[in-house]
Amino acid sequence: MDSTQTHGINLSINSSDYHLQILPWVTLLDVLRERIGLTGTKKGCDHGQCGACTVLVDGKRILSCLTLAVMKDGAAITTIEGIANGEKLHPIQQAFIDHDAFQCGYCTPGQICSAVGMLQEAKARNREEIKELMSGNLCRCGASRGIVNAVMQVMEGGSNE
Amino acid sequence: MTKLPSIGKPISRLEGRLKVTGIAKYAGEYQAPGLLYGYVVNSTITKGTIKIIDTADAKALEGVIEIFTHENRPSTAWFDFQYADMDAPPGTVFKPLKDNEIKYNGQPIALVVADTFEMARYAATQIKLAYVEEKFETDLESNIDKARKPKKGMASMLKPPPPKPAGDFEKAYESSFVQSSGEFKHGTEHHNPMEMFATTVIYEGKNRLKIYDKTQGTVNSQMYVANVFGLKMKNVQVIAPFVGGAFGSGLRPQYQLFMAVMASLALKRNVRVTLDRAQMFTFGHRPTTLQYAKFGADEKGKLNAVYHKAIGETSQFEDYTEIVVNWAGMLYPAENTLLEHRLVPLDVYSPLDMRAPGGSTGMHAVEVTMDDLAYKLNIDPVEFRLINYAEKDKSSGKEYSSKELRKCYLQAAAKFGWEKRSPEPRSMKRGNKLVGYGMATGIWDANRILARAQAIMTSDGKVEIKSAVTDIGTGTITIMTQIASDELGLPLEDITFSFADSSMPFAPIQGGSFTTATVGSAVQVACRALNKELFKKAKRDKDSGLADAAFEDAVFSDGFIFLKNSAEVKYSVQEIFAANGGKEIKTTNSSMPNPLTYGKKIKLVHSAVFVEVEVDEELGIIEVTRAVTAVAAGKIINPKTAESQILGGMIWGISKALHEETILDNQFGKYMNTNLAEYHIPVHADIHDLDVVFVEEEDDFVNDLGVKGVGEIGVVGMPPAITNAIFHATGKRINNLPIHFDKLL
Amino acid sequence: MNNFSYIKVSDAKQAIAELNGDIRNKAVAGGTNINDLLKYFVTKADKLVDINPIQEFNSIIRLDDGGVRLGALHTNADTAYDPIIEERYPLLSKAILAGASAQIRNMATNGGNLMQRTRCYYFYDISTPCNKRDPGSGCSAISGYNRIHAILGQSENCIAVFPSDMCVALAALNAQVNISGPNGERKLPFANFHRLPSETPHLDNNLIHGEVITSIDLPAEGFAENYSYLKLRDRSSYSFALVSVASAFELEQGTIKNARIALGGVAHKPWRVLEAEDFLKQKEPTRENFSQAAKIILNGAFGYEHNNFKIELAHRAIIRNCLMALYPESQRPGAKPSR
Repeated sequence: MDSTQTHGINLSINSSDYHLQILPWVTLLDVLRERIGLTGTKKGCDHGQCGACTVLVDGKRILSCLTLAVMKDGAAITTIEGIANGEKLHPIQQAFIDHDAFQCGYCTPGQICSAVGMLQEAKARNREEIKELMSGNLCRCGASRGIVNAVMQVMEGGSNE
Repeated sequence: MTKLPSIGKPISRLEGRLKVTGIAKYAGEYQAPGLLYGYVVNSTITKGTIKIIDTADAKALEGVIEIFTHENRPSTAWFDFQYADMDAPPGTVFKPLKDNEIKYNGQPIALVVADTFEMARYAATQIKLAYVEEKFETDLESNIDKARKPKKGMASMLKPPPPKPAGDFEKAYESSFVQSSGEFKHGTEHHNPMEMFATTVIYEGKNRLKIYDKTQGTVNSQMYVANVFGLKMKNVQVIAPFVGGAFGSGLRPQYQLFMAVMASLALKRNVRVTLDRAQMFTFGHRPTTLQYAKFGADEKGKLNAVYHKAIGETSQFEDYTEIVVNWAGMLYPAENTLLEHRLVPLDVYSPLDMRAPGGSTGMHAVEVTMDDLAYKLNIDPVEFRLINYAEKDKSSGKEYSSKELRKCYLQAAAKFGWEKRSPEPRSMKRGNKLVGYGMATGIWDANRILARAQAIMTSDGKVEIKSAVTDIGTGTITIMTQIASDELGLPLEDITFSFADSSMPFAPIQGGSFTTATVGSAVQVACRALNKELFKKAKRDKDSGLADAAFEDAVFSDGFIFLKNSAEVKYSVQEIFAANGGKEIKTTNSSMPNPLTYGKKIKLVHSAVFVEVEVDEELGIIEVTRAVTAVAAGKIINPKTAESQILGGMIWGISKALHEETILDNQFGKYMNTNLAEYHIPVHADIHDLDVVFVEEEDDFVNDLGVKGVGEIGVVGMPPAITNAIFHATGKRINNLPIHFDKLL
Repeated sequence: MNNFSYIKVSDAKQAIAELNGDIRNKAVAGGTNINDLLKYFVTKADKLVDINPIQEFNSIIRLDDGGVRLGALHTNADTAYDPIIEERYPLLSKAILAGASAQIRNMATNGGNLMQRTRCYYFYDISTPCNKRDPGSGCSAISGYNRIHAILGQSENCIAVFPSDMCVALAALNAQVNISGPNGERKLPFANFHRLPSETPHLDNNLIHGEVITSIDLPAEGFAENYSYLKLRDRSSYSFALVSVASAFELEQGTIKNARIALGGVAHKPWRVLEAEDFLKQKEPTRENFSQAAKIILNGAFGYEHNNFKIELAHRAIIRNCLMALYPESQRPGAKPSR
């Protein structure tokens, strides 16, 4: 097979269908940001070491920078742009605003997608476990307290839609 | 009749929704037709020359448009001063692709431009390079004999050299009742904002550029581009709408800006250059610094001798300095002081201000030495600070503009529960953990410089405020809107703060904790001028009831002008617009401190930090289980965003004390852990109970708003407080940061 | 990242055939390590063979002998949270959950976990000599910054460590690796899967090019009563182990009937010393005995400028973790030390 051969793939992103013709070495992160223009998903390291590029693939939180887009042909992807329900913010998003759980905002989409994924996984039962299971998302501004408080509030509120 | 003040209210960030929905766009996220992608190639040697740089194979790859090296770079400015930015230290600014000389490892040596990011990155690996290597020096400790005084320059204005010696330190120290001396070291640190440096240049024809840049100063980048590339200022527009953290790294234009502009101008195309994470370690950093402290006190605990010397690294081309050793003199009234700062030039890139530059370095040595003296004197560390509490700055002989540090100590100590401390080291336990309490003082400058702002009221009564200032996550957007809201008497919703665009009124680089004082004052002045303008126009209306009124008696609220002492007057600004045909009313003003009086007092922010650590005695593992910081920083405009600033600073302090360090391998002269898996910053699991107290502090000297700034102060006292808590827990004084847990085995 | 081609395969036979097409063809599953290595040119591929669609590799099944078979393509997260694993092999569950981050565990597969490369700085920096990346070029770590490096089983050619947590538990549990290749199927005891660097540090394990891991078998004994995983590192989570320990005991009336101790972060493979485990048999689970076992395990350990501390640290970690295994509830999220 010719190495410059492109592959046709279908992705459902935030419930919209996309057909893309791409080379195999293109990451899902770069597809989202550069090809589709969904720049809400952030590139913080491009190595799988910061969590800023977290998206939900078939409901599970993963790192889009370590994912080749060709490998996700047919997958349903939710990015930060698809977390809110129309104009209505997801409870996690609102809790982030209320708790000032961000400063520069660059890690925020990854934190939020990760938190949504974590609530769906339903493995965290207390503050210590939230901290551990959210530790894949670095925040350089130091908004940890707000982030963990925001997640705690939504978890205790039973609102993990 | 008057609106409640919004200053002092915990308003949620006005741009919050944009940030939690992913709509907020950062520099590398702007789309443009036919956008080209640039990828930077960096030197893999530390010193020498490039003998061969063969780009033929790389350039032949499909999709590669051009490769720029020192051999084919378009001509740029000739003179050093044209490259100098607002934050350039004395020396010769580094010029990317200038010639074949390699000055440091990771130096940018080529830019590949291709039609996709992937191809640019791949082609960058296909360039063939041959170097002539030279011997290099990158290790501070083995070059200590080269230490010399820093050169002075423009940067010395905000970074004064240490004051002259006072009294006779040697004699006083020798005869002190107690003495403490220590050597301190911390390694190199890199800012590592989550967003990597990026510039998107939109080529608008005829050498006209619109530039989305990651920067802490839109005007700074504009000036740099105009000077270096010989463009007119008005043809260079720099926009930094959202900045994904910077912490000082954006105080100088970084090389991706040069590269992207160069390529755009040469190719007459839209170009984006984004650095990768390893490249984030190829420019400014907090310099490795060695410190020596010797303090002496009398039997009552009065500090009488203070010696503090710092030796920091710098590059071979610029003399980067920071204020490391001046703090003890501003904080404690010792009669005999000797303070020295020296530099050792090494084959590294120039250091660069990084959150609480100098202060977090110097105060580590000062406050650990103070702690040691307190133990030696058998005086409670808080009591020891109070014994040495300065009512006047001994080092300059000036009054403080305000100083509520005493309240910081007392309120933080109470909140923390300091009275539960058992003084003896190793005397507190919890399960299998040793528990330690430690405290330290924090101090930082409250500066203010020149800025301009514009206020525009449109016929709907709404106001737009304009400033070139950025918001790097500090809450500037929200705070400026609050200041305007109170000055104009309008609800927040009626005010739009337009910002981060070099075509807007001048703002300096955003750093040093001076933005709120500087730009906030300009916003306040512009709003006041707008009110004056409205008042002037209203007075022209004979029926306004304002004809004989003085501006000082006018109250502006919800689009009406009232008079303080008259219930009859209520004049709608709508009438002004009805009279002028709906034309907008605009005022632009400058604001700067009065140069005749501003220097008469010393202006400082203070904090007191209390920390509890748990140390696993068997395994050494350290956890900062609790910390309380009390801050006296004048008026707090927004306690919510200000608290986040302090919390962030505290986490930076934890990181500096326990985690982060860039490892330099002197075999190669390069940094080895240039990624976020091995450059450790704390994760959520490292962060426990953090509390912030804002102490009331009135200050009508610093500026009309009474604000001092909170960007750095949160960091300053944390590393020594943690170090002191570890001593209390374990009986071990570890003076080198970061304190890795194995040091406690 | 070089311009490799890509193919998806749907069964093991096709995967093996594609991999055998060229020495530079490489398999990808979760991609959490190889995609990064490719991106930054640490490794190169002509063709990437995507084995994810192979259904037969993606399951957890009970075996007739009472053991459990972990599909190579089952994700780390699904394995750690599988009710059978949580109940019968909690040591494995805890070790997996101490590794990487939740996102990476959702992507990474069991087979891929065994195949991950070292995290040595010099291996990743393609401008420095590294015998693992570029055989014969030298080892930069020996005289460089070697905080994260090996104290056991290293050679003068390589002092890199294998970074997995999961594999430390698999080693302790006497797992077995099932492999399929051009010459059919074969099985390797876990201890024989990874290699020591010796003269050939570029080889991490004994998988031959063209072979794929199909599954990993766990024997019936899961040590669900007394087990613990402890991970010591430079921050509380999302970082690699400086030293980690998996301990598991079968106790009978207060004495040790069967002991397992494996170390991570100290060698080119999970480190086990059977002599130490034999020493503990029929002994009381005391600090003194665990200390003695630690001495046996660390016999011959030696360090370098920046990692000498690991010897003492490992000794203490072994003792602590063996004591923690007596009270498995003392384990904390992130495999932190007990309170």
